[in-house]
Amino acid sequence: MTTTGWIFMLSSVGSVTILMIWCFHRVLSNPTSANHMHAPLDIDTHDLNT
Amino acid sequence: MAVAGSAVGLGNFLRFPGQAAQNGGGVFMIPYFCALIFLGIPICWAEWAMGKYGGQCGFNSSPAIFGVLGRKPIWRYFGVFGVLVPVCVYFYYIVIESWCLGYAWSYLTGSIDLGTDPTKYVEASKSFYANYVGSAADGSLIGLNITMLFLVITFAANFYLIYRGLSKGIEAFCNWAIPIMAVFAIVVLVRVLTLDAPLADHPEQNVLNGLGFMWNPKPKHIGDSWLAVLANPQVWLAAAGQIFFTLSVGFGVIINYASYLKRNDDVVLSGLTASATNEFFEVCLGGLITIPAAFIFLGAIGVQDSLGSSFDLGFKTLPVVFEYMPAGRLFGFLWFFMLFLAAITSSLSMLQPAIAFLEEGLNIGRHASCALLGIVTGTGALFVVYFSKGLTALDTIDFWVGTAMLFVLATFEVILFSWVFGADRGIAFARIGAELPLPRLFRFVIRFVSPAYLLIVFAMWCFKNLPGYAQQLRQGGVPLFSILVIAVSFIFLLILTNIAGKRWKAETKDTSAIDKAISQAGFVR
Repeated sequence: MTTTGWIFMLSSVGSVTILMIWCFHRVLSNPTSANHMHAPLDIDTHDLNT
Repeated sequence: MAVAGSAVGLGNFLRFPGQAAQNGGGVFMIPYFCALIFLGIPICWAEWAMGKYGGQCGFNSSPAIFGVLGRKPIWRYFGVFGVLVPVCVYFYYIVIESWCLGYAWSYLTGSIDLGTDPTKYVEASKSFYANYVGSAADGSLIGLNITMLFLVITFAANFYLIYRGLSKGIEAFCNWAIPIMAVFAIVVLVRVLTLDAPLADHPEQNVLNGLGFMWNPKPKHIGDSWLAVLANPQVWLAAAGQIFFTLSVGFGVIINYASYLKRNDDVVLSGLTASATNEFFEVCLGGLITIPAAFIFLGAIGVQDSLGSSFDLGFKTLPVVFEYMPAGRLFGFLWFFMLFLAAITSSLSMLQPAIAFLEEGLNIGRHASCALLGIVTGTGALFVVYFSKGLTALDTIDFWVGTAMLFVLATFEVILFSWVFGADRGIAFARIGAELPLPRLFRFVIRFVSPAYLLIVFAMWCFKNLPGYAQQLRQGGVPLFSILVIAVSFIFLLILTNIAGKRWKAETKDTSAIDKAISQAGFVR
């Protein structure tokens, strides 16, 4: 494993991990986002009663 | 969660590592991230916004949504690709999915036996695979055998979940399947990264060198600098193609799922979160498991032979790895069951656009739409299974639908969003309920960069691949039959769209309230 290999691996893995954690943090920590999250039964797909 | 489940599939674990290792190793990530930023995420946001807009107008299927956004009936026919692509891809994807379940079962019961002689593991694995998928002769799988048994089980599981609906079926399933998939993948990852150098005769085949084989930047041709990789158009083509497939962009799935959102639901953060989750599975798990594991036990030459094909890597090479690995049966089961979960969350998403289309287009209920779709996809899957020699039918449908039509549909979507519906209106609509502002650059990117990027990549791809496949078609046989199957499906959907169009015209809701909301959100013309 070369130094550039380490750089590419750590920067790639690190950036997508940080992005995912940041996204989940924004989704879960924002109080208003809780209003936008739906439990499965809350989603009206128009197909449950047919 | 459902969109993330749709995006995370077999390509994350089998296709990405092979593409990266073949196209420069770590340096492949430069064109890969460029494609993610300028192609994948912008089109993803556009699809989310278009889908939500269509949902606000009362529609859930791609043809109807295209018609509303384009405000002309002709756009409905362009939207047919949003149903055709997932349905035709499903024909072969369900077959591969059943292989994963069958392999997982074989590991659980110990029926994969590669013998006791390590020098014959590779041949034994190839032989097991050839027998399992019936690649020796057409029609060899028809009858009572383990391949057909698991195909029936997988097919039944798919339709049971789809019959339960988007919320009770797909969403509920994804809510537990994705965390399980992540846990299984992390368990396998920890196992691989703690192997060190398990073969005493080959101390150079260790974890660090395995990671190096995957991530060290390397030239495509011996003697070149690794920077020369960035000047190779094929590498940019491979990166763009990988981003396309992995994010399910141009698939017709995101538009359908987003159409079920409510007015104030966030499409920007949702789209980014789904993409980021997919990238985590692909780069962090797929990029650290598959190639290093294969390298540790098979060495550079053993891995190199299987890089060109996801099937070779996944179904021929990895079973050899598990044969060498301590507790290989357990890890083989975990791996293939994890692949099965990744595949089923994707295959379910391929059915929902067609279900929505049939329900709202023909005004039929869930029972009838599931039955009709079951007949169509079951026939398609049987076609793929019957013509199993050399996997020709699978390969042909994958090329023309799973690759070419993705570019076509994505191009229609970008043109529709940016130039017909209007990028400004689309951006203003995406702002409604958004926790996260769209980057200012997005307007420029979606109007100019993404379409240009798409067209250049598509033209290069055609230049490279079309002559070979066109030659195949001229020879007739299974490739030509496969094209006929696709053509018949396309014509069938066009006729249904024509019938449905009359209903949709009558049922289109007044969009003035939505347009007013868009104006309030910041659209000024």
